[in-house]
Amino acid sequence: MNVSQVVFIILSVAALAGAAGVVLSRNLFKAALFLVLSLVGVAGFYVLLEAELLAMIQILVYVGAIAILIIFAIMLSQRLMSPEYDPRNEQWLGGLLVAIALFAALLFVLLRVDWPVSEASVPAEAISQLGQALVSPDYFLLPFEVASVLLLVALVGAVIIARER
Amino acid sequence: MDVINFILNLWVEIGDWFGGVLAGWGVPPWGVNLIADIIGVLILLVFGIMAVIVFTPMERKVIARMQDRPGPNRTPGYGAIQAVADAIKMLTKEDVIPRNADKILHMLAPLLVAIPALLIFAVLPWGPGSGLIGQDLNVGILFVVAISAIHVLAVIIAGWGSNNKYSLLSAFRVVNQLLAYEIPMVLSILVVVIFAETLSMQGIVENQVIPYFVVMPVTALIFLICALAEANRSPVDLIEADSEMVAGYIIEYSGMKFAMFFIAEYVNMFAVGIVFSTLFLGGWKFFGLENLAPVLTPIIVFFKAAFVIFLMLWFRATFPRIRFDHLVGFAWKFLVPLSLINLMLGAVVVKIPVDDPMMVPWVHGAIMLVANIALVIVTMIILNRTAKRVEGAPALKRIVAAER
Repeated sequence: MNVSQVVFIILSVAALAGAAGVVLSRNLFKAALFLVLSLVGVAGFYVLLEAELLAMIQILVYVGAIAILIIFAIMLSQRLMSPEYDPRNEQWLGGLLVAIALFAALLFVLLRVDWPVSEASVPAEAISQLGQALVSPDYFLLPFEVASVLLLVALVGAVIIARER
Repeated sequence: MDVINFILNLWVEIGDWFGGVLAGWGVPPWGVNLIADIIGVLILLVFGIMAVIVFTPMERKVIARMQDRPGPNRTPGYGAIQAVADAIKMLTKEDVIPRNADKILHMLAPLLVAIPALLIFAVLPWGPGSGLIGQDLNVGILFVVAISAIHVLAVIIAGWGSNNKYSLLSAFRVVNQLLAYEIPMVLSILVVVIFAETLSMQGIVENQVIPYFVVMPVTALIFLICALAEANRSPVDLIEADSEMVAGYIIEYSGMKFAMFFIAEYVNMFAVGIVFSTLFLGGWKFFGLENLAPVLTPIIVFFKAAFVIFLMLWFRATFPRIRFDHLVGFAWKFLVPLSLINLMLGAVVVKIPVDDPMMVPWVHGAIMLVANIALVIVTMIILNRTAKRVEGAPALKRIVAAER
């Protein structure tokens, strides 16, 4: 067992414990904090795979923006903050079934696909290559632009909803 | 001549000599690297924390002088070792945990505040090459931004875990303020990245032929304002806002845990100073001095950072505190549009073709400077018109008439 395997196990434990904490924690605020732990664990995987850019983006976007917005939303709702609040409701059976079905589907795909492993080392100019690929018509220009338009629409929609009448 | 060369390259020579000594003892190469890395980490940590001892007396003295009073002058050295007295006071204070606080989160928050503050030092360049920088990540500046996101989280945890209404209010504010100011900050960093064509801190310094403060003053100013807000310094320290929320998220902390917040604040301030000088003041470069005497580069960085901190203290002593809604409105309605336009300007300017590759930074720099001045003038005209329109608004007229 080499160093990166040990690190991988530590990160896996952190990510999985975080994920379990999200589901099991009674207090929604703590669930959100566990979500942060899980997301940071995933960022650690990216570092292990020498994808520094993805790791930084993971922390910046998921921890820095999304998790904090979730926490903000939880903080703003009075009932969710109270210690007596029970986050379960009568739909738990349906939720359980959907979760099990989703897990089974993911497991099925994971086991069926023959994951290719590349021996090539990470290119030194990975960031600029990624940037080029995002705006080149041969690679990801169309998805990139579609995502941009989607975000713009969401932005305009948010402004219209929030505007004073 | 050898002696002079030795002194001029002191840091590299010490590193080589130390590695040689260890290798002489029979330590394998990986062991030498490991020991050198651990010593490097310790130096960076101690250096970051020592900043507190230097900058707290500086803050008190500078602000005292600006307000025409002597400042601390009872400790020896005309108040110079005030920070030591403060440290002893903090160590002897009782550590109080509120009965209804969430104990784990209450303990976790000071750690989560201090660790990211010190982690930033891993990518700050103190000199050329790979010797005087913790790790020259190829995503260095992104690392700084990402790490400061964890700081937001720590403040939220401190505010919520203390179970105090003022703490909770300040946790609300931190989300509002820091997210609002993070956007123009990242957008202004992007302009620097576009010009330097790299995300690495060392690369930004190396590609910075003219200090970017001269090339793009608007970007530098936006970054400085946002950095002030991110470092939670007065006049934009509304997260702790002594006058309204009696220190906000720090209110329930005492003793060493309070000291952790205090240390983190000054370490953050120091880190902001170094990041600003790296991005806009040329980092370890100083008119060619870095080539003549490489031994001076950490001192150059230190004094540039100290200058930026002096600016921050100057702001604190002279500007009144801003109301919270104005602060957030300023970020969203003024800084974000301005930095978006600024980003577009930068993106267009770097694409202007220049024949001589040696002249590229100068020509692009000159065009960017002119574009920046034009941007300032246009912004001023728009602000002036808005001000006139607001003055002519019927509601305001009624208020003015009623006051008369």
